[in-house]
Amino acid sequence: MAIWLTENSKIIVQGMTGAEGTKHTRRMLAAGAKVVGGVNARKAGTVHEGLPVFGTVKEAMEQTGADVSVVFVPPAFTKDAVKEAVDAEIPLCVVITEGVPVHDTTEFWAYAGAKGNKTRIIGPNCPGIASPGASNAGIIPADITTPGRIGLVSKSGTLTYQLMYELRDFGFSSCVGIGGDPVIGTTHIDALQAFQEDPGTDAIVMIGEIGGDAEERAAAYIEANVTKPVVAYVAGFTAPEGKTMGHAGAIVSGSAGTAQAKKEALEKVGVRVGKTPSETARLMREIMQSR
Amino acid sequence: MDLFEHQAKELFAEYGIPVPRGIVAHTVDEARAAAEQLTGRVVVKAQVKTGGRGKAGGVKVADDAGDAHDKATQILGMDIKGHTVHKVLIEEASQIAEEYYFSFLLDRANRTFLAICSAAGGMDIEEVAHTAPEKVAKVPVNPIEGIDLAKARAIAQAGGLPEQSLDGAAALIEKLWAVFVDEDATLVEVNPMILSADGQVKALDGKVTLDENANFRQAEHAAYVDKAAEDPLEARAKEKHLNYVKLDGTVGIIGNGAGLVMSTLDVVAYAGEAFPGQPKPANFLDIGGGASAEVMANGLEIILSDPSVKSVFVNVFGGITACDAVANGIVSAFQLLESRGEAVTHPLVVRLDGNNAALGRQILADAALPRVELVDTMDDAAKRAAELAAVGA
Repeated sequence: MAIWLTENSKIIVQGMTGAEGTKHTRRMLAAGAKVVGGVNARKAGTVHEGLPVFGTVKEAMEQTGADVSVVFVPPAFTKDAVKEAVDAEIPLCVVITEGVPVHDTTEFWAYAGAKGNKTRIIGPNCPGIASPGASNAGIIPADITTPGRIGLVSKSGTLTYQLMYELRDFGFSSCVGIGGDPVIGTTHIDALQAFQEDPGTDAIVMIGEIGGDAEERAAAYIEANVTKPVVAYVAGFTAPEGKTMGHAGAIVSGSAGTAQAKKEALEKVGVRVGKTPSETARLMREIMQSR
Repeated sequence: MDLFEHQAKELFAEYGIPVPRGIVAHTVDEARAAAEQLTGRVVVKAQVKTGGRGKAGGVKVADDAGDAHDKATQILGMDIKGHTVHKVLIEEASQIAEEYYFSFLLDRANRTFLAICSAAGGMDIEEVAHTAPEKVAKVPVNPIEGIDLAKARAIAQAGGLPEQSLDGAAALIEKLWAVFVDEDATLVEVNPMILSADGQVKALDGKVTLDENANFRQAEHAAYVDKAAEDPLEARAKEKHLNYVKLDGTVGIIGNGAGLVMSTLDVVAYAGEAFPGQPKPANFLDIGGGASAEVMANGLEIILSDPSVKSVFVNVFGGITACDAVANGIVSAFQLLESRGEAVTHPLVVRLDGNNAALGRQILADAALPRVELVDTMDDAAKRAAELAAVGA
């Protein structure tokens, strides 16, 4: 079992014909994902990587029955690509692109809301979502872990991979990279809710990092709604104030957004927080072994 | 990127927002000359990208040009919260009748924009919001609908501004929205926004933060980069398109992925607590998911040219790029550095994990690079790197 992305998901790639789109379309196919086509208005009607290229998301959905879109278009075109996916009412739109202006993200998020939130948006600036053994939408390396019953939600790509790898003997139901931008579609809370409701998930790893208050709000959500065990990790304890650490959203502003505050908020509601990624994996291992 | 007050006001002026007449001065003589060109009393204001400069003595009123010279003498070179004052803004003093607060900002939690307005301006708005929340209006702004004059007026009214200020404030707020959107800002703040004695609503201060992700469509923003304040290593890293932040420790850090590198800094800092001098990370450096040989070489070059670095920790998780490719990248990076005459002289601890980790480690072992140690786990590698930095220190 998995959340949002299953073995039946049919994936199209917006920006498939570009370098990143091509590379990761191949990887997704190799991971067993059902990629059924691509979208590029200028190359509509052609075939790329053995897959049909359509002029619009709507057309691609009509022709292939696609229900997931993965977006690799450059930052300048991301807003329009996501709005197009929203207009087509595709159920899931995974935005991999890094460097999208926050005004654009805020606008397409508002646009999705105005259209009734029929499209779940993950990202931008995220590695996507993988349901090991079932499907893979994005750039998460599929072969570092196995199918299992742990759910993972993370702001960071490589930390996601690290935990997927360390816990590969237990395996994962779904791993969701929600991205490190200041404004993102799907949040920690959305994923926590989905994992709580997913019968295929027994426990949840949540990875956060400095900036904003998403982890604090997730802690409040966990206290009220999540009965499955949650183990967390927060990156950026040693990050200096006022400096952006790689991810556009990873910044401590004054006393707001610190890793310490996030850790305390999570521990206060009974979530065990690992001091290092490996210790976090050990905490989850203990939980899974005691089941 | 944050702008200086004078840059924010120059931007405001371009959008037709009333600001006091002012001139930037880098020396005391320039300050005197500036005051001579302006009319009446002037205010000498330290230009630093931090708050609380008034309390720190960085803002002073001067009666005439000679006084402006004296006040600038006191302010230039001053340290305000770690920021040295390199320039002052000499501005015509305003006759203030009332002081208000206004800002547009990004509301991360609600994934929208927010207008904040209060008749209680001129002070720390977070303090006002804490002690007297009813005095602070927080109005969500839909990014698609935006702000027109009527909405601007409603926000000013919600903030408790008096009738005689509403028209002026609304006009200012509408223009401020144009700055916020057209310049891809994540914050535009006017504190105080004033009603002057002659009935004008003006921006007496200005704070603007720009979104660097929008640089591709904001070519003129490059001119705002404060080259003088840039750390030289950060500037060099930027030229090579490396994601680098200088820190004050002795363990150089290279990793792939922002989250993993942030985590590496933390793990090294913890590990360092056990060693003499408590070594800490010297930098943040994310070479990205790909981790090619050239990027690795450029990254190593930057880190090794940092005189405070005693040891280096290369922490790579092979995901999209498998570890054998990363290992080959490290070997090529060493050759590349040697050919540039910059042989590696510091101890290097390498941790490779993930796809093809065993193969990657074998490649590094076979290459027998000088001063390279392989450690299997991130925690142990961090310990070793901290230990080596402590010994070298």
